[in-house]
Amino acid sequence: MSSSSRPLHIDPLEKKWLKVAFALIALFVGVILYTGFFQHVHPPGGMETIDSAALHLSEEFAEDRLGVSVAPDGAIKVTLVAARYGFYPRSIKVPAGRPITFRIASADVLHGLHVPMTNLATMVVPGYISTVTTRFPKPGEYPLLCNEYCGMGHDHMWSQLQVVSQEDWDALTPSSKEP
Amino acid sequence: MPESSFKPLILSHFWLAFGSFGLACVLGVYQVLERSGLIPLMQSPEVYFASVSTHGVLMAFVLTTFFIMGFGYLVATTSLKMPLAHPKWATAGFSVSALGTLMAAIPLLLGKASVLYTFYPPVQANVFFYLGAALLVVGSWFWAVIMVVMFGLWKKAHPGATVPLPMFATTANAILWLWTSVGVALEVVFQLIPWALGWIDTIDVGLARTLFAWTLHPIVYFWLIPAYIVLYSLVPKAAGGALFSHDLARLAFVLLLVFGLPIGFHHLYMDPEHGQGFKMIHAVGTFFVMLPTLMTGFTVIASLEQAGRKKGGKGLFGWIGKLPWDHPVVLAAILAFLMLIAGGFGGIVNASYGMNAMVHNTAWVPGHFHLIFGGTTVILYFAAAYAVWPKLTGRALIEGSLPLVQLWSWFIGMIILSTPWHILGLLGQPRRISSVAYNSLLTLAWDPYELAMIIGGLILLGSAFLFLHILLASQRKGLRIAAEEAEIHYADEEPEGTRVPALLNGFGVWNLVILLLMLANFGYPIAQFFLFKTFGSTGWGY
Repeated sequence: MSSSSRPLHIDPLEKKWLKVAFALIALFVGVILYTGFFQHVHPPGGMETIDSAALHLSEEFAEDRLGVSVAPDGAIKVTLVAARYGFYPRSIKVPAGRPITFRIASADVLHGLHVPMTNLATMVVPGYISTVTTRFPKPGEYPLLCNEYCGMGHDHMWSQLQVVSQEDWDALTPSSKEP
Repeated sequence: MPESSFKPLILSHFWLAFGSFGLACVLGVYQVLERSGLIPLMQSPEVYFASVSTHGVLMAFVLTTFFIMGFGYLVATTSLKMPLAHPKWATAGFSVSALGTLMAAIPLLLGKASVLYTFYPPVQANVFFYLGAALLVVGSWFWAVIMVVMFGLWKKAHPGATVPLPMFATTANAILWLWTSVGVALEVVFQLIPWALGWIDTIDVGLARTLFAWTLHPIVYFWLIPAYIVLYSLVPKAAGGALFSHDLARLAFVLLLVFGLPIGFHHLYMDPEHGQGFKMIHAVGTFFVMLPTLMTGFTVIASLEQAGRKKGGKGLFGWIGKLPWDHPVVLAAILAFLMLIAGGFGGIVNASYGMNAMVHNTAWVPGHFHLIFGGTTVILYFAAAYAVWPKLTGRALIEGSLPLVQLWSWFIGMIILSTPWHILGLLGQPRRISSVAYNSLLTLAWDPYELAMIIGGLILLGSAFLFLHILLASQRKGLRIAAEEAEIHYADEEPEGTRVPALLNGFGVWNLVILLLMLANFGYPIAQFFLFKTFGSTGWGY
């Protein structure tokens, strides 16, 4: 029996549907590229390494460097250590409506940080520094939850995040209003 | 070799798969109960995390691998109409995988491997867990090679002929699995096992996660392809029609194979060890893998529509009512599609790069994969079992509508389980907690959804037991039937004398494409761990 391969056969209806399918995919990819490149909507990322076994000796994550700090230019940074079973310091206060950069390192195993109802989320991987910037639109009390299995006490791993209004924040940190 | 002699081998695969599935369903019900906090005496993170780890391993690795191997042998022998090649190696593969399962199960059940089915270094499990998982995979490689060999033997014996679609798809899956399993194999062999044995002190967690992500996405297509074979090759005939399309069906499997592999970073969007550039490239690739599923939806629904119209269905939707809803394979396909539409929507949310932050590691994620794997995929595994059981046992399925009750209850249970699960995720609940211990008002909103999940879990358990009962009762007491009655009828084949384009009749070129895509998408991200100084982690208990 001799036979030769025939050309690809696509039914006219299939052709129409393929157009619809490509249009759908183009729409989704287009939205992602647009919001990524023009509105800077990105997941965290960056490949910065750190020795998780020696955080206490590091410039950035030694115990007395942790917490909220305001740079001379007004930029707000939160430095956290994730360790069984909490994010340290356990309670932090930040202003609403301003960009806040979180820098987090793990002292032991995998952790994940998520503040429900906001888009603050990142994995915390031992050996690497997680950096994520966000702003919280509304003041309030938020739990800062560990969302990655880290051991038998995982259920209890959470800290408190208090988002205060800009006025309350200014009252708390008079220095930040100086030029 | 007579056909009957390897039926026990295939049945052994199926019983190991479905037996593990039944046990995993029991654990699932325990987990929804424990997690709800309804019975305070039950609360125990030790038992819960051992259970979650076991449930995950049994469902994701044991049910799937053994079902896929058994179904693959059956499809190969029946669609190619040739005896099983190298049956001794097939038996050896089964034995190695079964030994691995046992080896992993013991530490799992003893709570010595509560590291979840994703391994999660630097928490460290007993070394036998890693060894067992490795053996399970190694055994499956025997299967994959036998599938590729049979594909080649048949093509050699039939020059110029078109490989039947179900075998083309099965071979695609075998090749997919060989590519897929390399990532996790590298992690287990070069990182986890030497580390658990104390040969090396530390492992790079970033590298381990990257290698696991290599496996973690295409593995879901390894699970899904047999379900798609049911849709393409068994459903159209069961509905009384024919397959709408030949070439696009093949193309869909090729696209799953090629685009399923190089996109695993959508599991790592929130990770710090990779840059945004590669994450975005993988995100775009992830959207392209929607294409084969959209094509499958169209082709299978079009085939069903033709069948419905043949039976006299009129109007835009009249054909739906004319479909044989009382045929288990057709019913399973319809219910699978309903779950695929909802689950696919959830998957698009997960894949959406920046938006992933809203749902990452929340309860939304297990809600999603229970719907799409436990729902769409597993219900088609049920359909496959019902379709092939007479062939394997020589007996008809037991009389009555029990299979229909079983399929409907699985669907209803899955909807009741996974809908609240998704909502819990949007309400901020993390996925892997054994109890709610946060002192926050937010958690009050979670309670009713957790209770609903218990109802879903119980319905699913009942459905799982019913499934096992139907298979067992049919095998023992079903009416004996003639061999020709038990034949498996695949949807129409390529007419004699013509041949599909060569690219849709083999995988040589596609393997090259995969190699290039994998180098592009994983080459540098893996190399970076060797180019820069990174810091490993010692092992931790849990």
